[in-house]
This record gives sequence, structure tokens and C-alpha cells, in this order.
Amino acid sequence: MSDFEKFKDELKNKLIKAKDSKELDVIRSEIFSKNGLINSEFKKLGSLSPEEKKKVASKINTAKQELTTLLNEKVSNLQSNEIDERVKKEKNDVTLPEKDFKIGKIHPVSQVIDEISSIFSEIGFSVEEGPDVESEYYNFTALNTPENHPAKDMHDTFYIEENMKTLLRTHTSPVQVRTMLKGKPPFKIVAPGRTYRSDSDQTHTPMFHQLEGLHIDKNITMGHLKGCLNYFIKEFFELDQIKMRFRPSHFPFTEPSAEVDIGYRIENNKIIIGEGDKWLEILGCGMVHPNVLKNSKVDPNKYQGFAFGIGIDRLAMLKYGINDLRSFFECDYRWLNYYGFDPLDVPTNYRGLSK
Amino acid sequence: MKFTKDWLQDHLKTNKTEAQIVEKLNHIGLEVEKLEPEKNELSDFIIAKIIKAEKHPNADRLKLCHVDVGQKELVRVVCGGPNAKDNLLTIYAPPGSIIPKNKMKLEVSKIRGETSYGMLCSESELNLSNESDGIVELSKNYEKKIGKRYFNKNLKNIIELSITPNRPDCLGIKGIARDLSASGFGKLIENGTHKTKKTIKQNLKVKIDKSKGQACTIFGSCLIKNIKNQESPNWLKKRILSLGLRPISAVVDITNYVMFDLNRPLHAYDLDKISKGIIVRNSKKGEKFKALDNKEYKLDDGMCVISDHQGVLGLGGIIGGIRSGTELYTKNILLESAYFDPEITRKTAKKLDLNSDAKFRFERGIDPNSISSGLEKASEMIVKICGGEVSKLDVQSTKNVTSKKILFDPQLASKVIGIQIKITEIIIILQKLGFVIKKKGKLLSVKVPTWRPDIHGQIDLVEEIIRIKGFDKIQSVEPEKRRLKPTLDFFQRHFHLAQRSVASKGYLEVITWSFTDEKINESFKENLHKIKIINPISSELNVLRNSLYPNLIYFLKKNIDRGFDNQSLFEIGPSFIGKKPGEQITIVCGLKKEDHINVFDIKKDVVQTLVELGINKDETTIDVKTPGYYHPGNSGSIITKKDKKLISYFGEIHPKIINKTYGFEIFLENLVNYKKLNKKNKPTITFSDYQKSDRDYAFVVEKDFKAQDLIEIISSVDKSLIKNVKIFDVYQGENIPSDKKSIALKVTIQSDYKTLNEKDLNEISQKIISSVEVKAGAKLRS
Repeated sequence: MSDFEKFKDELKNKLIKAKDSKELDVIRSEIFSKNGLINSEFKKLGSLSPEEKKKVASKINTAKQELTTLLNEKVSNLQSNEIDERVKKEKNDVTLPEKDFKIGKIHPVSQVIDEISSIFSEIGFSVEEGPDVESEYYNFTALNTPENHPAKDMHDTFYIEENMKTLLRTHTSPVQVRTMLKGKPPFKIVAPGRTYRSDSDQTHTPMFHQLEGLHIDKNITMGHLKGCLNYFIKEFFELDQIKMRFRPSHFPFTEPSAEVDIGYRIENNKIIIGEGDKWLEILGCGMVHPNVLKNSKVDPNKYQGFAFGIGIDRLAMLKYGINDLRSFFECDYRWLNYYGFDPLDVPTNYRGLSK
Repeated sequence: MKFTKDWLQDHLKTNKTEAQIVEKLNHIGLEVEKLEPEKNELSDFIIAKIIKAEKHPNADRLKLCHVDVGQKELVRVVCGGPNAKDNLLTIYAPPGSIIPKNKMKLEVSKIRGETSYGMLCSESELNLSNESDGIVELSKNYEKKIGKRYFNKNLKNIIELSITPNRPDCLGIKGIARDLSASGFGKLIENGTHKTKKTIKQNLKVKIDKSKGQACTIFGSCLIKNIKNQESPNWLKKRILSLGLRPISAVVDITNYVMFDLNRPLHAYDLDKISKGIIVRNSKKGEKFKALDNKEYKLDDGMCVISDHQGVLGLGGIIGGIRSGTELYTKNILLESAYFDPEITRKTAKKLDLNSDAKFRFERGIDPNSISSGLEKASEMIVKICGGEVSKLDVQSTKNVTSKKILFDPQLASKVIGIQIKITEIIIILQKLGFVIKKKGKLLSVKVPTWRPDIHGQIDLVEEIIRIKGFDKIQSVEPEKRRLKPTLDFFQRHFHLAQRSVASKGYLEVITWSFTDEKINESFKENLHKIKIINPISSELNVLRNSLYPNLIYFLKKNIDRGFDNQSLFEIGPSFIGKKPGEQITIVCGLKKEDHINVFDIKKDVVQTLVELGINKDETTIDVKTPGYYHPGNSGSIITKKDKKLISYFGEIHPKIINKTYGFEIFLENLVNYKKLNKKNKPTITFSDYQKSDRDYAFVVEKDFKAQDLIEIISSVDKSLIKNVKIFDVYQGENIPSDKKSIALKVTIQSDYKTLNEKDLNEISQKIISSVEVKAGAKLRS
């Protein structure tokens, strides 16, 4: 056995016995450094005959290969052992609590506005808005509600000016007129927003939310109105069937006018929507009065259509089992956390409305 | 509007049940609001349960009972019954009820220092037996009936309708009967007028002054002499009670009866108290008048009054006066049946803040053709009950009653409703409702009955047709899923995104009033005008908010009081900058109160939100100018470099307003307008794969030198090579002069074309240092 072979076997043994990466580093340098086993052996090649050279070089290369493989194996073994050691030592009581995180919440009214907008988006409505401070003209006169008419008693109005010409809108219906005045038919819009009436008791708050709907085109009939609201209510409550009735009513700005009731029953103190023999009024609607169309510069002989107004807060209460309207505006930390929605929970047509 | 089925049957021959009638009324637009048994003297007595019977603190024989009477809260009743004990079911009499045995009216009273609200009854007090030793003990079966009436047998139901303001005709039972008859629920009974014999002359002169704005256009009257006014007979009393009114005397009850029966308000005057004659005129300013509600009213000019030679007798169509009121001993009366203009009547009543059943009807429009029938009906009843002689009717009028005529295209009904309705059906429905119809080619000439002031045009007739035919006959049309326009516009998309973006940073969304307390608003309104609400709901909510902070801070404090010290709230909504429609802006306002946070926590929230909304950091600069409600040294504003648009304020709220609380405001319109004007097309991105190098520097600068400016100076040294400048430390203290600070930062240098060598790097580094030294007056810290 040549010296080279001997030295090689010695190093192999060392490698096998090596216990940590430090030892390995020493051995690595003994093998591969400038003056290490392999390089010094290659240096010797110069003095040999070509034939001899070839033979010896091949021998060195084989040895190099052998040692490299062994070294790599050893390195990886040792690393693996070291990780095992470390892992053995590292132990946490993972039942301890996680780090604090905060989840913000979306108010139920905002969530329900998004739900409703999403439903109406599916059937081609776009979203419009109007100002909270309104003129008497848009809030009443243009909507076919003359001054000194008892219909006005239904609205306890907040006034901004002594002459009563400026007020806080009592409903979202002025958006109908504003929308029609700034465009050309057809119109197919919903308009959510804040509304105000000077009324405050168990079931009334001085501010609440409404959503106005308007669809005007050449041949829009009460059949379309019925179909539209039927679709909306089923989608909103996420039910296939829902008992519903249209009841004649009166609003100055629609003719004929109707109120829509849905069926419900009470089971174990909980309200079950859509079935049962009790009726709950949820919205007002009707065919837009020709006078409103005229006031909005739309020719009532060519165009007709429907409008509706929905109480958003009330729908939110029904869908999510919230009992007290006033709690919507009390900003109670516990209430917001309990009834609020995850901001990532965006109602969409393709995913569905609620999680 | 209240009535009973048997009263309805005076006008309607029907074999339908009460339940069917109720359902039908709902279907034809006469909404049934309530259906409950009529009241009598026993209906106040309620089944109750003693939840707890404690000893009365000041009396050995009395107990203080906490009683469940079916309401939210328990009622405190002092009770002498020895058998009163916990869980006993018994009968409760509330204050105001009359005890059958002794006819005493119960009142809230103090018994030995304890207030008692009503009483618990013994059998003898209720005339059930002679047992008077203790209170009634009911069996367990009554447990389910707590809060219900104990005496409930043979009581008729009162049907209560909520009549919409367009239907004055249905404020009379006859009108309701007509509607039911038109919808196939029986035959309307046309009461042939039993004309009472007119044996005397109407010799009281009545004159309507034809002044401008005279509300009264018809004044009908008759005299009834030598009557014997008295208590009404039982059947009449019952009907008056069923209306929710109090029986007074036959004469008054009869006028009320006719008002509710035929929707024909009447007024009875004591003829002997009228001086000479009746003059219907407009009031003079300052005229005084004492009304039947015992209040004295000071009149404006131009109010319609019924007067005699001494002065005002009554307010036309609204209320009568004390001076000429009828009494039980009244012998001779003048009965008035008139027509008053709805608008003028309403204006007068509003000015005087006066409400009455008559006013409620006149302001909605009374049938001007019902003058005589009302007088006939009432005088017939008065003579029957009180005797006496009736005069001929006297009707003064200044205007002829005309009927409206509408030329109606019956096709319109189908066009609006969407189903075919035969012309014959249309004619039948309208005729049954009292319309008179003549065919005119393909059109109908429709004469509107005078009791329907709400019918103005063709569309009103369409409503009548479908109302009676039934809304359930309308065929539903599936909605078309075609979109004309995107659902949300550019602004709305940002509103939606901003809302969810802020919430995703741990903020709870709240909705607060658009109005607030003037006093709190004062600190936030800056140079805006306060916008007062003329008739606020309370003095704490008397102005429109000029900022979202006042309400947010108010509710944040409330939550702190509830024991939640750490919280983040936000609201997105209107803030008002003027009192005209549209003078409002949309603000996203966040408020954060947490331990161990500083201005940079709130800045992070707002900047991250802006980035999420598409405003990159390099498009904005921070200014230190902020409104006075922020801590001046701990707040900033974010302004776009281009156009200098104010996008946001952030910082610590001024400690004088609230302690250690941080907030931000994002001005959404400004943000969206800026984005609209600066639409970015994302350029194709190239990534440099050449080596990048980081160099650290520390510069000593003046203490109030802004870090933002330092970054700007460095970045602009070579925009193609300097990819990032990041401050990692700001130091003041030892080794640094007290008027200076040291800012340490890391500059990332990378070329898009080659690997930079040591020489290149040194070159750029030198440039950085010299630029900073020159422009910032800084020194490299060694």
C-alpha cells in the first residue's frame, strides 16, 4: 500500500469517527486544502511519465470522489444530529396564548348595504347617492307631496332653516328625482343612505337608513315590481321560498302604491322568516307617479316604472336577530364585536352573501 | 279609525266572518292595525302573579308585593290580604280602574309610606262572591294568561284601521262598507233618508263672509227646539266607547256618532247662547277664544271662525267654543254641518297646535255633498232620543259643488299593471265605488264621487281598479339580469375599499348621528360655520357635525366607562361644511386608544390605508400643519405632491380634549379626485438582477430638521441608483450637541445595468454625503 493509500484510509477513519463540525473542518482541510492530501498528490504528477500520470491521476480522482462522498454524508449526518439535539432542547408550552391580534369589524348596517347592493347588482341596478341635507322641493314638492298636506305628517322633519326650505331628508326618495334630472331614461338604480326623522323611542331613532330603488323604462309594469322585490327578498334572506304579500297603501310619489309584508312565525322566542301565519311589513313601493316623472323631466307618456323604499336597519335586525334598533347607534364595544362582520367577509355575487 | 262588525253591518249586508273581513280590508288597502276586544268597566282587571311578597316595612298586617302583570317590569303593590304570598296567581286592578263593589276609582297612593300602584282584589271587591278575607287565588291554569284580562266573555272585537291620508271617505264606517261591497263582500245598504218632519222655521240668520281666503264655502244648519238632553242610551254609549271616546250627553254623542258613521263632522250649539245670528268670517289678529278643550287661544288674522254678534263661537272645522257649548240642561240647539277647505283648516290648526277628530277629517277633505244627509241623520236621532221639533234645513253656500271628470283610457290599467283587465270589469269596479261612467268611444268619461278628493287623474283610477281586483292577481315578472352600468362608481369603490381597509387594521366600525352637541362640535369646527337644527331632538344633538370626531370621542369615552380601555373605532360618513344640499364631504375617521402607542402607530394605519387605496408614499409629503384639535407637536397632514391636495390628518388628539388618544381623518373626495386626475398605468416592471449594496450613514442635523427632507435629499442624488432610503435610528443625547440630533439610515444602491464595483459605490457614497452636508447643513457622524 502506498503512502497515499495509507493516508487516505487514515483520513477515512477520521471522517467516520468525527463527532462535530469542527473536527470535520479540520479533516476537510487535511484533504482538500492547498497542501492537503489531494492537492499534494496531484502536484507529484508532474514528475511522472504520461502513462504513469494517467494511472495515478485516475487513482487520485477515485480517492477524491470517495472522500468527498464520505465527507458530504458525514456533514449531513452531523447536521441532522445537531438539529435533532437542538429540537430536543427546544420545547414550548404551546397551550400558552398566541400573541395578541385585533380583528376589526364592519357595522351590520354597512354589511347589509353591501349585501343589498350585491343582490341588486346581479339584476342590473347601479348605486346612486344623494345629499343628507335636502331642499324642501326635492324631499316633498317634487315627490308630489304638496305643502299643507296631511301626508307630510307621516314625516317628522328636522329643519335646518327657519323658513323650512332646507331640511334633513326624511327618506331616500329625493335621490329618484336627482338621478332622473341628471340623466336620460332608462334608470335602474338603488340608493342607500342616512335618513332623519325627529322621532325617538323604543323603535325609532332620529337617524336611520333607507335604500331607495328606481326602475324606469318604456314598459316596466307592476309585474316587474313584484318580480324584482320577490327576487330581492328571497336572495336577501337566502331562502328558496318566502311567503310574501303586496298590500295596497298610499305614498304621494307612487300610484298605485303598496306595502310588502313577509310571513313569519315565532318559534322558541325566535323569529322564523318566510313561513307562518303572521305578517311583517318590510317595505313600501309602487309605480312612480306621473307627476314625479314630470317633475324629473321624464315624459310619463313614454316612460313608466317602479320605485321602492326599504328600511335597512330593520332588515338587518330581522336577518341577524338584533332586537333593539337603538343599539345600532350606541357604539357599544361588546355589541360591535358581537354583531359586526369580519372585513374580509365581503358579500359578493359569486361567493354568496354571508359566510 | 275604530269600529265593530255589528256597526259595519248597519251599512253592509254581508255573510262574511270577522276574520274574512279583516283579511279583505288588508287586501284593499285599509290596513287593520289592531284587533282587540272592546273595553268595558271590567276590562282593566288583569291576571297577575305575585313574584315576591315582602313584609311592609311600616305595617305588620300589610305586604309589599312585586307583581308580574305581563309587562316588562314588575309592579309594586301594597296588599292587605293575609294569603298574599310568593308565586300566587291572582287578579290585579291598575290605577284608574273602578272597583265594581264600591265604584271607587283607584289611584296611585302611598300606604304607610310605600307607594302602591293599583291593588290586588278579593272576590267580594269584584262582586264574584262575598269572600273578602283574602285576595283571589287562581289555579295554575292561569299561569299562561298573566297580563290578559280576567273578565273577557262576550266582548266584541274592535277593528282598528290605519287609514292612509288619501282616504278620508274611510274615516266613516259607510265608506269602509262601500269599499268592502265593491270588492265583493256584500251589498251596501243605502239608508233611505227618513226625513224628519220639519215643523218649525230656521229663523237664525247665517251669513258667510266672502272675504279672501275664506275656508268655509258651505254652511248648513237646522234648529232643534224643546229637546230634553240626557245621557245616551246604552247602545249608543257602547258605540261611542268602541270608538275610544267618552260618552258625554245624547246631543254630543250623536254628533260624534254621525261623524264616525258617515264621515260627516257636525257641531251642536246651544241656541240660547247665540247672540242674534251666525257670521262665518275670518278672525282678526289678537281675537281670543276659549275652546271646548278649556284652553284659550289667541287667534291670528285670517283664521276661519264661526261667530255671533258677541264674538267667536268656534274655529271652523276644528273645535267649538265653551260659550255656546251644549249642556245636559240645553233646551234648544243649532246643528251645524259645513264644508271647510282642507289646506286652510290644516294651516290654522297647525299654527294653533290644535288637533281634533273634525280637523283630522276636514284637512283630508270632507264630502261637500254630505251637508244635508248629516243634518237629517243627526236630527232624526236627536228627536228619537231627546224629543223636540226640527226646523227646515238652511244651507248657505258661496261656491257650487262640482264633480271632477276624468277622461280615462282603460288600456292604461293593463299597461301599468301588466295583466289584461277587461273593460267590463273596470266599469263594474268603478261603479261600485261610486264613480259614474259614460263610454266615449274607446275611452271612459268618469265622474268622481265628491267623497273621493284623492282622485285626480287616470293613474288614480288604475290604483282603484287593481286595489279592488287584488294585488295578488298581478303576475310576477322575473327580473332581467342585464347591467346598464357598473354597480359602483369610482368614488363608491373607494368608499367601500376604505371602509374594509380600516376595519382590517383592527378598527370597529361605528355609525353615529350626523348631528352632535354644539358645545363639543365647537372644538372641531375650525373655520366652518355651525349648522343649527331648528327643531333638534335634544339640546345635545342640536347642530350638524363639522367633524366626525365629536361623536366618536363621545362614544369612545362611553366605552372606557364600560371598562374597555383599549379600543380602536372608526366611522365613514358625512361631515357638513355648509347648510346647503351637497355641502358635505365624506370622511374616514379613526380613533385609537391603546397602551404604549405613539403617533407612528396611527401614522402607520393611515399610510397603509392610503397605500391600499392606491396612493403611494412617494406621491405625498407630510406637513406639520394640523387643525387645533390635534396635539401641535404630535400630528401631521398628508398632502399630495402634485396639486397639493389634503388627503389626511393624523396624530394625537389634543390632550385638552381627550387624554392619550390618537386619530386620523381621510378626506375621501380629495383622495378620489386626485386619483381621477392622476390615473396611473402600471408600467411593465423590470427587476435588476445585479448585486445590490447597502451603505449605512449617520448624519447629525438640527434638532427640528425633518427626516422626510433628509430622505428626499438622498433619494434625489441619483434616482436610478438609489433604490431605497430607510431610517433606522434617531438619536439625541450623549455626544450629540443638545440642539442637534443624529439620524441613522440605510441606503440601498443598485444599478439596472451592471454590478457596481467598489469605486462606483464610493463615488455615489461621496455624492450622498456632500449633498446632505450642503443641503441639510449636516455632518456625517464619525
